[in-house]
Amino acid sequence: MNVQLATTERRKTKRGVTIMLIIAAMIMITFIISMNTGYIRLTPLDMIRTLIGMGTHNQELILFQFRLPRIVISVLIGAGLAVSGCILQGISRNALADPGILGINAGAGLMVMLYVSYFPTTSMRSVFLLPLLALLGAGLTAALIYTLAYRRHKGISPISLILVGIAVAAGISAVMIVLTLRLDPDKYQFVATWLAGSIWGTNWKFVLALLPWIVVLLPFVFYKARAMNVLTLGDQLATGLGAPVEKERLMLLAAAVGLAGSSVAVSGGIGFVGLIGPHLARRLVGPKHQQLLPTSALAGALLVIAADTIGRTVLQPTEIPTGIVVAVIGAPYFLYLLARAKA
Amino acid sequence: MSAIAQPAKPDESTESSSSPKLRTRPLAATLILFGGLISLILGIGVSVSFGAADIAFSTVWEAVFHFNEDLTPHNIIMELRLPRVLGGAMVGASFAVAGALMQGMTRNPMADSGLLGLNAGAGFVLALCFAFYPGLPFMYLILYSFLGAGVGAGLVFGIGSLARGGLTPVRLVLAGAAVSALLAALSEGIALHFRIGQDLAFWYAGGVAGTNWKQLGIMLPWVGGAILAAIIISRSITLLSLGEDVAVGLGQRTKWVKLVGTVIILILAGSAVAVVGAVGFVGLIIPHLTRYLVGVDYRWIIPCSAVLGSLLVMFADLAARMVHPPYETPVGALVALIGVPFFLYLARKEGREM
Repeated sequence: MNVQLATTERRKTKRGVTIMLIIAAMIMITFIISMNTGYIRLTPLDMIRTLIGMGTHNQELILFQFRLPRIVISVLIGAGLAVSGCILQGISRNALADPGILGINAGAGLMVMLYVSYFPTTSMRSVFLLPLLALLGAGLTAALIYTLAYRRHKGISPISLILVGIAVAAGISAVMIVLTLRLDPDKYQFVATWLAGSIWGTNWKFVLALLPWIVVLLPFVFYKARAMNVLTLGDQLATGLGAPVEKERLMLLAAAVGLAGSSVAVSGGIGFVGLIGPHLARRLVGPKHQQLLPTSALAGALLVIAADTIGRTVLQPTEIPTGIVVAVIGAPYFLYLLARAKA
Repeated sequence: MSAIAQPAKPDESTESSSSPKLRTRPLAATLILFGGLISLILGIGVSVSFGAADIAFSTVWEAVFHFNEDLTPHNIIMELRLPRVLGGAMVGASFAVAGALMQGMTRNPMADSGLLGLNAGAGFVLALCFAFYPGLPFMYLILYSFLGAGVGAGLVFGIGSLARGGLTPVRLVLAGAAVSALLAALSEGIALHFRIGQDLAFWYAGGVAGTNWKQLGIMLPWVGGAILAAIIISRSITLLSLGEDVAVGLGQRTKWVKLVGTVIILILAGSAVAVVGAVGFVGLIIPHLTRYLVGVDYRWIIPCSAVLGSLLVMFADLAARMVHPPYETPVGALVALIGVPFFLYLARKEGREM
């Protein structure tokens, strides 16, 4: 019996690894397509030649200064947002949780906007300060939503969490609208595209600013996968199994907020990635977080890199902000989940 | 305060169980109607006289009753201020009555044209119009806007009722949020591609600034007719609000009432969105407030909602002009600042009942 269980377990792990490799391969393919598309077309051969350092000056400029950082950033924020959503779904035991829907992104956005409206955006200092501020905003919003949705003796019900999140997001965006109108036209333009979720930080500086957060937080969360498995069983069962429920939940929540906040600081208001990534992953590899978390990260990265590529190519020469493309894919999926959910 | 949270249901706490009579307060309602109309007229006066250039009351009076086109203040009043103030009042009445009907018909305390996707639908179709038929006359815009509101509502209710367990208030709000996000994203994409973002931006946030007499003239028959029709069917709405079974038992043809009610809601929400853009929460707050003040009889709720709704939007518009002159703050944002806490309160109540 035990042996049989162990073999199915091993087979599942093997299957999970295969799926992750497939998604990673798809990311690579999209990466190559994405490198080739844009206002100026490069043939694959040109691209390879440039990558190994034999391209013309212009080709190098396009690839290394414009396209590559942007693609790297979209992979990073895709992974960050998806893992953040995966954590939120796990600890709230709510299939519809997502940092965008819950208003955490909006909170981060508000802080970024406040900063942008008073200080210049391009200085090196602000590049590193922005993720911190976004983090602060995301943290404050998460705390606000948590407090408003919390009810004594009952804890947090999934639905009230989402309702409070929707309302808080609406309130924050109202405040943002009031604030945007006070800005001068240049800054207004910046904030408007930022809010629509375009990956604006197409610059190595932003990769550097974002990378530490992702590099530290993702392994931490993967390390916590076992704790997440226990938490999803419900508070009572988890306590019964000897898990320090409140402490683990708080730490994971902080990690989710950190991932969402730092991603939003660079990407703007991209919603739905944190919803779709984990859902796809769960369908592919099942509910065990050891595999679910990395697969979510990969699925999120694939989604954002694909959305970014689509946004750049569909309506040339207009660039559609990535957030819009993701919403057009994500909202129907959310509705589909809603229609399938039990009452 | 508990009465606010029990919309569309007979309030048993204030009546003894021996008397099945519904709680209504005709006296309070009459007071609201008359007091409201008087403050509306006073409010119009105040609102017209405040602005980037302050104008004395006497000048306002003169301009309305002895118009002289050589005087600049008179022109400002008649061409800019008065239409926008009247437009705000009309829009407020539309949203509030639409909200009241929706809450009564669906027995859903969280119904509002903004939350349930009507505003986003109308906005999406208007974005399409701006993109493909720039310069379309307002007369047609308003018709397309009705259509859009219908599309938004159809999507939300369709998807909401697909779900296992049927339509619940919470599920409708969630579906509304997702449909709104989708339609807003599509409109934004259209706006960016056709470079009409600037035209649409302020309109999205909601503002009555550009209202003119022609728009008012086109809108008035629709809104007036729809509100009148709402008052005519208000008795049936009261019965529906007691529950479908009760209404059928009392001899109501509920399908017919629902159909007429839906058409009225689409007309009201559509025309209001065509004028001011996506202003949410008016249709949520006002009917609740009215129900708290005048009781559960929709014959009183609908006219009182109309009056209170127009007061809310008119004063929100006045505030929007005074927050940061000479710039204008979108009305929609200001109303949302009041509406969000109220929504949170309702969500908490609703969550408790589940």
